[in-house]
Amino acid sequence: MSRAPADDVAVRVDGVSKTFRLPREQLSTLKERALHATRRQRFDPLLALRGVSFEVRTGEVFGIVGRNGSGKSTLMKCLAGIYQTDAGEMWLRGRMAPFIELGVGFNPDLTAHDNVLINAVMLGLEPEQARERYSSIMDFAELHEFAELKLKNYSSGMQVRLAFSVMVHVDADVLLIDEVLAVGDAAFQQKCYDVLSRSRDEGRTILLVTHDMGQVQRFCDRALLLDRGRMVAVDDSRTIARKYMQLNFAAPAQRESIVLAETARSGDAGAGASADSAVVVDAWAQNLAGRTTLLEPGEAMGMAMRVRFAAAIVEPVFAFLLTDEHRRPVLAVTTERSELATGSHAAGDELDVAVGFRNRLAAGRYWISVQVTLPGPDPDLVAFREDVSSSDVSGTGGGGGVVDLPHTFELTPAPSMQKADW
Amino acid sequence: MSAEAYRVRGPSAIGGDPRRFWNLARTLAATDWKVRFYGSALGYLWSLLRPLLLFGIVYFVFSRVVDAGAGVPHYGVILLLAMILFFFFSEVTAGGVTAMVDRESLLRKVGFPRAVVPLAVALVAAMNLALNLVVLAVFVVASGVSPRWSWLVLPVPFALMLVFATGVALLLSALYVRYRDVRPIWEVVLQALFYATPILYPIQAVIGHSQTLATIALLNPIAALVQESRHLLVGGMSLGEAMGSSALVAVPLAIGVAVTWLGVLVFDRMAPRAAEEL
Repeated sequence: MSRAPADDVAVRVDGVSKTFRLPREQLSTLKERALHATRRQRFDPLLALRGVSFEVRTGEVFGIVGRNGSGKSTLMKCLAGIYQTDAGEMWLRGRMAPFIELGVGFNPDLTAHDNVLINAVMLGLEPEQARERYSSIMDFAELHEFAELKLKNYSSGMQVRLAFSVMVHVDADVLLIDEVLAVGDAAFQQKCYDVLSRSRDEGRTILLVTHDMGQVQRFCDRALLLDRGRMVAVDDSRTIARKYMQLNFAAPAQRESIVLAETARSGDAGAGASADSAVVVDAWAQNLAGRTTLLEPGEAMGMAMRVRFAAAIVEPVFAFLLTDEHRRPVLAVTTERSELATGSHAAGDELDVAVGFRNRLAAGRYWISVQVTLPGPDPDLVAFREDVSSSDVSGTGGGGGVVDLPHTFELTPAPSMQKADW
Repeated sequence: MSAEAYRVRGPSAIGGDPRRFWNLARTLAATDWKVRFYGSALGYLWSLLRPLLLFGIVYFVFSRVVDAGAGVPHYGVILLLAMILFFFFSEVTAGGVTAMVDRESLLRKVGFPRAVVPLAVALVAAMNLALNLVVLAVFVVASGVSPRWSWLVLPVPFALMLVFATGVALLLSALYVRYRDVRPIWEVVLQALFYATPILYPIQAVIGHSQTLATIALLNPIAALVQESRHLLVGGMSLGEAMGSSALVAVPLAIGVAVTWLGVLVFDRMAPRAAEEL
């Protein structure tokens, strides 16, 4: 069952799950325990990670993104050997140095000097090596003059600088970095970037937890998007950044559908990248008599599509686009703009969606395109079919216009020019 | 990359790398030791001066002012020895109780063998013990105890005391992570143990009262080790003689081993979850 990762893989996470047990009521003293001796302390499970799997190649910079509480830090702590996982396995190649919760566990009552030595040893150096490198650690952090100051007198920015400096000086092959670059001044941030870039060039592997999508796109090769412990997607950093934004700006009710759509997608990844959670089976034009390809001017008409859902989906957005024979858009309508609730649909459901209007189209040939998207400002396409149906509108033509709106002419004599008032 | 891939096993008490374990324990202990006298003018000198002055007071009070020794030879010296050993036990265990919680930030941010933390506490106390024993030697010479071959065996009860105290510290530090009552309870227990152990009074005083009571008192591993150390240092009743039977010596030893083993087991069970329960 446990297979060692391939030679070029530095980190492998395979089906890792982690559940925290949150006590429903705190029974932490013996008295409380004695009073409630008969009652077993109850716990609410918190599924921090649910079956997360991914691989990071040696020398890769791999981003881990997700909203607060998505399990990013838990994942890092599992990899760093701080938390025990409940299921799955994790493999690392080479020495690992963690940088978690903005630090490496400094003791506020010790001086910078002592903290550096302790932490360098914690991160795997021999005490002698730690002493040798002490000077360059302080140089990098630019904190030499505060070496004998206790850490409690350090500003948070100084502490982060020191911690980061220790971490990059311990010769780790795999760096686990949780939200470091958010702190510190611009100059130090740049320094961090430089050193991380250099580390990468030297073949080190970097796992970077961050909220900053700019950072992900600039710095990461690939990234993992987590949501409430679930893996939403592993993809190139640009795609992940986009998906993260989408997830982040979606209304709470809509997030679930995004996540489901994405998990369905990544689950079907073997079947091709376009494996979607919904399929447009058909689309057509119709009039009161039903499906048709010939429409009379002025009659009630409509556009319709039949959608089959491959995964559960909540509040999908249906859109129709009507174009003329020159592919000019004539009419674009969506259920979202009409503020129509579209409901939730289970996998396997089929749904017919139609939009009706009076035919005001000029004579000619028209094409219907349809799409199903998830809601949001940057909607993700679930299904799309272009020019799925053509229909002809009969008549003698609209005189070159696109639409033939009801119109009346009026001829009235122009009011005679009055004498100028001025 | 040449390095072998390895499985991340999660946190444990001991870990798989004894060298790293030792490096961590001694580094933590060294800085703990250093911080103890941080900012004092005399620095490390205090670690010798303080026991010298304290022992001087105790020695003076109990061997000159109050004659609690009731004719026991070298009472002042054996009183100091007993106190040094008990304070060592008290330092390791009381420090052990809060050790994990005190190191919370480290435990939550770095993966390392968890037993390092209470072990570092024991190491610091052991350094303190060694210095106190040096000071004790001054009093041994001053009170005219003649050298004995049995002194060569003294490291054995000292080492047993270290192991036992560390075992108790492991147990307490693991329990304290979950039950914060452990701390006040242990303070009381330590106080009780102090008076239950023949430190301020010689075991002869108890035997004169009731041999059974003396035997029961010596079932306590601390009392047993103190009694045997006294015997090795200045002579007088050995542990077996004080208990009334040499065979009974096995009982405090067994209790000590059992408690130590329990400490190791409990700590080992708690270690993987320490970071999330803190």
